Amino acid sequence: MALDQSFVGRSYPPSRVYEVGREKIREFADAIGDPDPLYRDVDAARAAGHPDVIAPPTFAIVVTWPAQAVLLHDPELGLDYSKVVHREQSFHQHRPIRAGDRLVSTVHVDGIRTAAGNDVLSTRSEIRTESGEPVLTARAVIVARGTA
Amino acid sequence: MTTEVPRFDDVAVGDELPPLSVTVTRADLVRYAGASGDLNPIHWSERFAREVGLPDVIAHGMLTMALAGRLVTGWAGDPGAVVEYGVRFTHPVVVPDGDTGALVEVTGKVKDKLDGNAVLVAITASCDGHNVLGRATATVRLG
Repeated sequence: MALDQSFVGRSYPPSRVYEVGREKIREFADAIGDPDPLYRDVDAARAAGHPDVIAPPTFAIVVTWPAQAVLLHDPELGLDYSKVVHREQSFHQHRPIRAGDRLVSTVHVDGIRTAAGNDVLSTRSEIRTESGEPVLTARAVIVARGTA
Repeated sequence: MTTEVPRFDDVAVGDELPPLSVTVTRADLVRYAGASGDLNPIHWSERFAREVGLPDVIAHGMLTMALAGRLVTGWAGDPGAVVEYGVRFTHPVVVPDGDTGALVEVTGKVKDKLDGNAVLVAITASCDGHNVLGRATATVRLG
């Protein structure tokens, strides 16, 4: 069954605060095999002009995905999560995420369409600091195969 | 790590970034699952992956995106200089059991020079003869 078009333009309340820790950034950088010192060494990060160690651009998914999951699992939307495939992802860094950030993510439904029997959902997640500073905009395209 | 940081004036359209080859093993998938919080069993259970019609365990798309992103963050010298990075997931990276794993090969080329000392980099990532990412581009602000 096609998804409810009235969800387009809808947004959800901001996620709970995600506090970015230095060790979490290091763990993530290790997991993607990236030895960059700006992810690990506070002095190196400061020498490059950052207040603290920064996170890899794709670290943002750790912040946006749980907030987006609230949308994907909304029973009113009617998305069959067992058929879901992650089709596209992009990150626009207004500034890099860094250790000490207290971040909230707000997910917006930018588009819903059907294509070749699939439901296609476009989302936009806005990551801001707790005090409202824009940090990163993440866009995702989620496909539910054979559900439309 | 590159020690030479590219300068906007020295970069030309068509320049190639130093290529990157990364081996992905099952242990890497487990590590990424833990670090990212994505515990979907298609990334660690062969039984589950086959039940949903996959040939074997596959890598997280976000891990593939992150590996390809290293090409650009490493080249830029400062990952914070990557203003925009986007990909389409076109084919899964199948990761067989064993020490060999899967080999992901990443290339990048300067496609355009933009306002604000930024350059557009087109990225390719392939594994086992398939392009695993499509329309992969990054916008990098250079000094």
